[in-house]
Amino acid sequence: MSRLAARFAELKAQNTGSGSKAALIPYVMTADPVPEITLPLMHAMVAAGADIIELGAPFSDPMADGPVIQAASERSLAHDTSLHDVFSLVSEFRKTDDSTPIVMMGYLNPIEVMGYDSFAQQASASGIDGVITVDMPPVEAEKYVPALKSQGLDPVFLLAPTSTEERVKKLAGLASGFVYYVSLKGVTGAATLDVGAVEEKVAQIRKFIDLPIGVGFGISDAESAAKVSRCSDAVVVGSAIVKKMTLNSGKTEQERSIIIKEISDILSAMRAAMDAA
Amino acid sequence: MTQLIDNSVKEKPQSVDYASMPDEHGHFGIYGGVFASETLMQALDELRDAYEKIKTDDDFQKQFDADLAQYVGRPSPLYLAERLSQQVGGAQIYLKREDLNHTGAHKINNTIGQGLLAKMMGKNRIIAETGAGQHGVASATVAARFGMECIVYMGAEDIERQAPNVYRMKLLGAKVVAVESGSKTLKDALNEAMRDWVTNVDDTFYIIGTVAGPHPYPAMVRDFQAIIGREAKVQMQEQCGCLPDALVACVGGGSNAIGLFHPFLEDESVAMYGVEGGGLGIETGKHAAPLCAGSSGVLHGNRTYMMEDENGQIIETHSVSAGLDYPGVGPEHSWLKDIGRVNYVAATDDEALEAFHTLTQVEGIIPALESSHAIAYGMKLAASMKPDQRIIINLSGRGDKDINTIANIEGIKL
Repeated sequence: MSRLAARFAELKAQNTGSGSKAALIPYVMTADPVPEITLPLMHAMVAAGADIIELGAPFSDPMADGPVIQAASERSLAHDTSLHDVFSLVSEFRKTDDSTPIVMMGYLNPIEVMGYDSFAQQASASGIDGVITVDMPPVEAEKYVPALKSQGLDPVFLLAPTSTEERVKKLAGLASGFVYYVSLKGVTGAATLDVGAVEEKVAQIRKFIDLPIGVGFGISDAESAAKVSRCSDAVVVGSAIVKKMTLNSGKTEQERSIIIKEISDILSAMRAAMDAA
Repeated sequence: MTQLIDNSVKEKPQSVDYASMPDEHGHFGIYGGVFASETLMQALDELRDAYEKIKTDDDFQKQFDADLAQYVGRPSPLYLAERLSQQVGGAQIYLKREDLNHTGAHKINNTIGQGLLAKMMGKNRIIAETGAGQHGVASATVAARFGMECIVYMGAEDIERQAPNVYRMKLLGAKVVAVESGSKTLKDALNEAMRDWVTNVDDTFYIIGTVAGPHPYPAMVRDFQAIIGREAKVQMQEQCGCLPDALVACVGGGSNAIGLFHPFLEDESVAMYGVEGGGLGIETGKHAAPLCAGSSGVLHGNRTYMMEDENGQIIETHSVSAGLDYPGVGPEHSWLKDIGRVNYVAATDDEALEAFHTLTQVEGIIPALESSHAIAYGMKLAASMKPDQRIIINLSGRGDKDINTIANIEGIKL
């Protein structure tokens, strides 16, 4: 069983009475604001209640992201962060944590340039479990999906409020791990979300897809995380965390520990609110 | 020196059905496609369906033709530049005068088409990206005419070097948003426009200005621009009773080039040259010539040649002309390069500037800096040909917008 499947099965077993326990999935960009912070931050996030980590791979032209994640991408690229750096980071993380699933999130071009097969082999060998490629829709994924699956990687796809029934059905045969429902029309870090609408759409997706459903975009605090956790299997938190990367330059140990502490506090509060929901 | 680049042919099919391209998912061979996030897919499907509908809709095509005739001022002349031809001393040089269109460039052909489509789809808010500002002006013009709201995204650096066009857009009632991310040029404006579209997808129509972006944009923009080549073919027949021997056009995203080339693709005797922004020279790395010196990748919704580093990050480009300063290129051009139908070459900043002055002084026509790249290569090509041969250079835009840039470069205070 893949780490993602195992983790969701574990959470399902911890039934809180009102259904499965929802996974908390924080998103951080590799090497943001400095390369030294990401490894200790990942471990700290697990300690604070993260069940799965979404790890960003930077891209120069992140079209689907709002200003917060765009800036994170630019900070990461200032250190020339490449996919190889993401792989090394995950290998390091795996030395002391062999159970927390890691899902890499990025754009297609760096993967395209590396080659799908080469990427899949190296990603899998490093300990990455799933891959979200924002600009790789099912219709173009004919070679991409088999390349990932042959290495035991879960191709995680996005669904949106505008996704038609036809598009949802199409995903059912391709996706594995979980499905990421983008709860807002817009880019990452946009306005507040309508929980009622999310609930409705998630129920609709469940009719066709028998995979855990994570919800992201617009979840900014413990309250919204708790609300979303009631109707989904996972809550993804991105911009709210990434905003903390600008607290300081992250150049000293002390600066980095301030950032890590702030992010841990956010996650602990979300975890507590979700568990109480 | 104009750089003549070896365009090695990767796949040469027996017979190519140019008219059938792209396939239903927007592929030109391995290029093109729909590499967009799920948040945009529904909007792209909707646009594709609407576009398929109007392709064979007589009422729409009639309205489009009428607008091109009465509002844009088409057909644009095909002009034999006698003094220029004489000075070059080779083939006869004809200029396709897209600079005489309303708003001063070929861009209006496409914005009229997409504007009509937006109206038909009931979208009242227009967004656009722009580099040199010509597409922004053409979009703002159409929005004014149709009474639509218009927001134009423009790189902060381009806003500075194309100030007259920024003011024109504002006069036309458009809101110009300065894009401060990335390299602050055209590619970043495109990113920002995409973000706007994702957020306001219900009431917004995104008018892409070139033959790039996800399907159906490359095919749709080409079809709206193909009026250039269709007219040129008829005009050449009327004036000389023959086909031209060669076509030359500048290539940024490549819309004016594909517009001229496409109706001639099946005429095997017609050679074609797409001229990219050679910047400070291909060998310096500071250029905007993905077809000459780039590699395949995925950017802005399609697979195409682009300027990228070994990690797949997009490299900042350089060209004196804002309209050519783009790291990608339309996917159909990538395909035409690989099958060897079109030759892609580059002209440097200096060559373009020299051609700018030559055309202005010899023919009394001030060309856009983008088009000056085509003039530069076209003159060189004509010189290597015989006097009974004919080439058409696409004069895609007029140079009024560039006079500040030229004066600056030459140290003249206006």
